[in-house]
Amino acid sequence: MMHPHTPGASRSTRRRIVGALTSATVLGLALAGCATGEGPSDEAASKRVTLVVHDSFPNDAFAEAASAATGYEVEVVSAGDGGELTNKLVLTKGAPIADAFFGVDTIFASRLVDNDVVEPYRPEAFPESAVDLAIADTDSDTTDAFSLTPVDRGATCFNIDTAWFAEQGLAEPTGFEDLADPAYRDLTVILDPTASSTGASLLVGTVAAFGEDGFADYWQRLVDNGARIEQGWTEAYNGQFTQGGGDGTKPIVLSYSSSPAFTVSDDGAATSTRALLDTCSSQVEYAGVLAGAANPEGARAVVDYLVSREFQETIPDTMYMYPVDAEAQIPEAWSTFAPLPDPGAAHDLPAAEIEAGREGWLRTLSEQIGL
Amino acid sequence: MLSLVATGFVADGRFDPSGIPEVFGQDRTWRVIGQTVLQAGCATVLSVLLGLPAAYVLYRLEFPGRALLRGFLTIPFVLPTVVVGVAFSALLGVGGPLEGLGLDRSFVGVVAALAFFNVTVVARTVGGFWARLDDRSVMAARVLGAGAIRAWCSVTLPALRPAIASAGALVFLFSSTSFGVVLILGGREFANVETEIYRLTVQFLDLRGAAVLSLAQFAIVGAALAVSARLRASGERAVELGAEPRREQRPGLRDLPVCLVFGATVLLLHALPIAALLARSLRTSDGAWTLEHYAALVDDASTLPIEGSVPAAIWLSLRIAAVAAALAMILGMIIALVLSRRPRSRVLQRGMHLFDGLVMLPLGVSAVTLGFGLLLTMHRPLGIGIDLRTSIVLIPIAQALVALPLVVRTLLPVLRGIDQRLRIAASSLGADPLTVLRTIDLPMLGRSAGLALGFAFAVSLGEFGATSFLVRPGEQTLPVVVAELIGHQAPGSYGAGLAGAVLLGALAAGVMLLADRLRTDQRGEF
Repeated sequence: MMHPHTPGASRSTRRRIVGALTSATVLGLALAGCATGEGPSDEAASKRVTLVVHDSFPNDAFAEAASAATGYEVEVVSAGDGGELTNKLVLTKGAPIADAFFGVDTIFASRLVDNDVVEPYRPEAFPESAVDLAIADTDSDTTDAFSLTPVDRGATCFNIDTAWFAEQGLAEPTGFEDLADPAYRDLTVILDPTASSTGASLLVGTVAAFGEDGFADYWQRLVDNGARIEQGWTEAYNGQFTQGGGDGTKPIVLSYSSSPAFTVSDDGAATSTRALLDTCSSQVEYAGVLAGAANPEGARAVVDYLVSREFQETIPDTMYMYPVDAEAQIPEAWSTFAPLPDPGAAHDLPAAEIEAGREGWLRTLSEQIGL
Repeated sequence: MLSLVATGFVADGRFDPSGIPEVFGQDRTWRVIGQTVLQAGCATVLSVLLGLPAAYVLYRLEFPGRALLRGFLTIPFVLPTVVVGVAFSALLGVGGPLEGLGLDRSFVGVVAALAFFNVTVVARTVGGFWARLDDRSVMAARVLGAGAIRAWCSVTLPALRPAIASAGALVFLFSSTSFGVVLILGGREFANVETEIYRLTVQFLDLRGAAVLSLAQFAIVGAALAVSARLRASGERAVELGAEPRREQRPGLRDLPVCLVFGATVLLLHALPIAALLARSLRTSDGAWTLEHYAALVDDASTLPIEGSVPAAIWLSLRIAAVAAALAMILGMIIALVLSRRPRSRVLQRGMHLFDGLVMLPLGVSAVTLGFGLLLTMHRPLGIGIDLRTSIVLIPIAQALVALPLVVRTLLPVLRGIDQRLRIAASSLGADPLTVLRTIDLPMLGRSAGLALGFAFAVSLGEFGATSFLVRPGEQTLPVVVAELIGHQAPGSYGAGLAGAVLLGALAAGVMLLADRLRTDQRGEF
């Protein structure tokens, strides 16, 4: 049974509750106030430009440097990883969440173009060395406009733990075929192409290498040879790889050609991993002006800045990719330990072909090996 | 959310339901739905079986370190799922201490990880109620000759039934909509509806398939709610709630079996993965012990691949969680008060049940659907001239929605447990409805309010799914920062991410400890 309360006690409880309610309301109002305070006023709007990016982008540093360089007030918002960013841009077509975007890669590039999300543009001082990487605009009359402007590049390649192979007295694998060889049984970690863009890159690479009729057979051989399939790069590299910083036991992992630059010894003289440059497929990350942007002028200025020498040279250190501008300086560890594969050696497909084939390839894999 | 589902059913501006038979015609759809129900069902049973002993030990026994242990058990609930995934695969996977069990990438592994999160939910929702259960009926049964087990089964268990049904429904909903853990530990083979919606939306932009699966998820959630409502309703009655601080017993010999189960749960299910996480955050890649990962968090943030700094992220997380918790509390209290009424009219009763279900629905909405839906609808919504899509205001609102069902479910059993006669007596003595509310409901609520507030705060603090799908300006919350650090190849980033995860866990556990303290202090007043 309940004991009668003393009036004093209940009043103090009430005070506490009322107090909590009041402070909550104040907090809520304060937060709402902050947010609306940050909203664009009409006079300032023409000087303000918004760039939407994927997760691994140096937002603050970029906003500061780009504002200084372009004279616009640059604001940066994050919208998830490459795939998520792409789909958000497609879903908000016509009323874009920003003026310009950066961070859509080879795998999703055509989806943006096909859905008419981008406004063709070619930056004024675009580095000649990168023209081949651009996705040309095929619709408009001006032949030199890009649908998507390339900003940085990298390559998805298998990485190996060199010391592990030396210790075991096993020859280091070199190409796709070795990974399916019983000599390298149970040593490899790959990524699920339906869950990770790195895994999707491998899918593209194997389609380029083995053809639309042969890639699924290769995946089957990989899996039969004990390849472990992880959902994301973190679980694969940091969780399973022997050099990944944890207790991993697998000496071969799907990662990037730049990864060996991050396993360099303290004195900078050697690295403990190596990328297998015969297993790579290229990734290019693109930027562009969004169709229907509130500030298209500013958006163009931001894209200009993304391909400027000043920004290009910060790319290795901030985004762990290579600049598209061949003249831009890259860190020494990169040129020594993490070279890009030769253009001829990478297993690549045109973006349009990837968009057209991807779903079918995934379905084939799903039917064949249950992915 | 609705508009996203609608987008999935509209082709060329016309309603096109052809996706429904098409998607349901695929084997994979049914396999995914089956997996979802099976995983969530098993996780619920396991969580309740392990959570009841935990509730007993933590809320009925008095021993030194109890408050700390309660705080510790909250950590799982607020850890970002990426971190839990990594911790579990480090434990069960190749090279892990439990590799020999062969549980890596298995159904059992997924269910264990789900229970890892949810034993706490059961322990807390049931424990909070159990702690105030009047012992006299049990004593009477014992005096009349019933054994301890018989008395428990025939007196205590029925009294706990509404709380258990509540907790079970929560656990089922959490488990059937679990995202990160299932994605990482389950892979494609053990995918559930939520991860499938994610894949369809994010990878394939297959809105039609995603919309159909969202409907399937709604159906599962709805069915679970109906079952729990039935269970609750049939067992719900006014129970005697002890009004005075009950003097808890010291653990005795007869508590040994319960204590053993509880000890094993804590050690194997909770301590081991957390210890694995802690150990990894304290070691370099060569295996030497170090504090460098923690130092990296406070040092110059420019060495880490994140925006802003970790302290700034912590500060932002705390502020957002405070607002979200406050929102959830205000709404939760109002809703709980409304739901605790028992109207005579049938129509009103029906309406009440419907409303009850509506409150729980946020749990059934996939974070992906919510995030993408907000993108579609929040462009100058309702004639407001601001583009809310990139506004930070959306984050606490989304988090409050996630925490709301927890708040309601924590408060409701207490309110419903109040003897209706008390209110009637007060009314007949001339108290107006407001006075009844003020003198009876609110003071009773006050006791659980601290707990609910702590829960809401901790959940908002650790909320990852919905937050990560919202488009956000510059600032990042701590769980998002942790997930980003862990997924980055920059040197030291992974270690710093693990350290950040430990910090997040410690922070949330601290909040829960405080909430528990708050509650104990209040008790003395009544």
